Amino acid sequence: MSKPILELADVNVYYGAIHALKGVSLSVRQGEVVTLIGANGAGKTTTLATVCGLMRPRSGTVRYGGEDIGKVPTHQLVARGLVMAPEGRGIFPALTVEENLRLGAYARRDKPGIEKDLQHGFEIFPRLAERRRQRGGTLSGGEQQMLAIARALMSQPKLLLLDEPSLGLAPLIVQTIFETIDQVNKQGVTILLVEQNARIALKHSHRAYVIESGEISIEGESAALLDDPRVKAAYLGES
Amino acid sequence: MQILLDNADFASRMLQQVANGLTKGSVYALVAVGYTMVYGVLALINFAHSDVYMLGAYFAYYPARWLGYMPDTAEKPKAPFWLMGMAFLGAMAACAFIGALIERLAYRPLRNASRLAALITAIGVSIFLQNVGQMAFGADPKSFPRYVDQSSVNLGVISVGNTSILIIVVAFLMMAALHLFVQKTRTGAAMRACAHDMKTARLMGINVDATISITFALGSAMAAVGGILVAMDQPRLTPTMGLLMGLKAFVAAVLGGIGSIPGAALGGILLGVAESLVGGLWDTTYAEAVSFVVLIVVLLVKPSGLLGRAGREKV
Ligand SMILES: Nc1ncnc2c1ncn2[C@@H]1O[C@H](COP(=O)(O)OP(=O)(O)O)[C@@H](O)[C@H]1O
Ligand SMILES: [Mg+2]
Repeated sequence: MSKPILELADVNVYYGAIHALKGVSLSVRQGEVVTLIGANGAGKTTTLATVCGLMRPRSGTVRYGGEDIGKVPTHQLVARGLVMAPEGRGIFPALTVEENLRLGAYARRDKPGIEKDLQHGFEIFPRLAERRRQRGGTLSGGEQQMLAIARALMSQPKLLLLDEPSLGLAPLIVQTIFETIDQVNKQGVTILLVEQNARIALKHSHRAYVIESGEISIEGESAALLDDPRVKAAYLGES
Repeated sequence: MQILLDNADFASRMLQQVANGLTKGSVYALVAVGYTMVYGVLALINFAHSDVYMLGAYFAYYPARWLGYMPDTAEKPKAPFWLMGMAFLGAMAACAFIGALIERLAYRPLRNASRLAALITAIGVSIFLQNVGQMAFGADPKSFPRYVDQSSVNLGVISVGNTSILIIVVAFLMMAALHLFVQKTRTGAAMRACAHDMKTARLMGINVDATISITFALGSAMAAVGGILVAMDQPRLTPTMGLLMGLKAFVAAVLGGIGSIPGAALGGILLGVAESLVGGLWDTTYAEAVSFVVLIVVLLVKPSGLLGRAGREKV
């Protein structure tokens, strides 16, 4: 069993008086795709924001590669390969597709490597290559999600955080996005994926956690969770 | 024949005013970029910016004074060229530092506070700097040293002061350099990303705090150049000299489209020329009202300004 790249231990996070994460513990091992599923407002985005340093835990520890990163600023984490494609995609609408992608490589200095990864991104997402000089804001939702993932890949992530990549997309596009996620994982990128769309997230992950009102309620192999009656009832719309 | 002569006379008066307006407008542009860059990133009107402009002029005043180069004393020689260069660079560096320091001490702790709190703090910093200026430099006007001997250059139908030409040329070069910096460098890309979306900029690996410091430093250095150039043209320094300049440069930034550097340049030039035309062809007392009229009209008709991006309400 490979060692954990990310470990949260008893993490508590607050928005003022609102207790958003109540002692969350979870781990992601090297090479895995782990999904965190839960209803709207359960604390999924807060968990990812805490991992990448946009939010700070009031107590508990976040370890990345064995090191406590509770005080490391976000931009340094990006340089160390901890990269997030945020909820809502975070595309710079006024910048072109290519400019968006190049900003993803901001923390890197290796020019030839950047050019190579840019080409690689265009190979994974030919739609983006066609729209290279188009402004980010003019892309469709699916294309924006592709751009968000391609841009995150430009940072050479070791651990990629994806916040609801399926949000607002047609089923066919969701399928394409998740196939890409598989492909990226096969190339060696560890992924922590947050989803409300539990069915597809469980199908495309190794392990899963369920979060309810800021607490982890269920955890296990994704395949097992697909058959778990509690998950079926609450998240897969079966009874 | 008389009418023709009148027309020729009118045309040359117009041209003369346009030249004067370009001079004024170039300085408005230099100061306006500081407002526009800071607003673009933080949605904050940095009222203290006009006082950094004032400090720039004083920082160029003291070295020459300490070395004994003062105006109105015919026996004293003109300050040497190297000293002028040092004065520019020194004042730019000092103002860059002070601008970044103001952000660090006054605005950063309020980054997540209400916009009103930040705005009131900005006014407070401005009043503070004016008072520090009065204590440190004295409230009485100071005569700026002779860095250049003023003369006028004849350009056919109009004549222009050599300091005017200096102002226009230096301002143009500075604006062009700033534009290239923002468009072509890595740091410039970080500045633009922060202006679009600070949270996402962070996720790109951009050090947002450092980028904001650089934004303040650059704007402040530009204001310092503006302060020195104006002092060369009108050699009278007071601790409140930034007030009117700040107001007009802010209007120039709004006119050009706040957040846009080319907009600040265009807004500055247009405002300067408009003021000069009104003042020269109509009445100088009305010239001072031009910026207020422009501000009101822009806010009513096109709040995003001439080159600004629409639909990005930050205030
Ligand atoms: N900026 C905020 N201020 C206050 N409360 C917030 C904020 N963001 C999220 N919350 C609250 O924290 C809880 C978890 O939110 P979030 O992590 O966004 O949930 P999810 O991503 O699972 O939909 C919710 O109750 C939400 O209302
Ligand atoms: Mg969310």
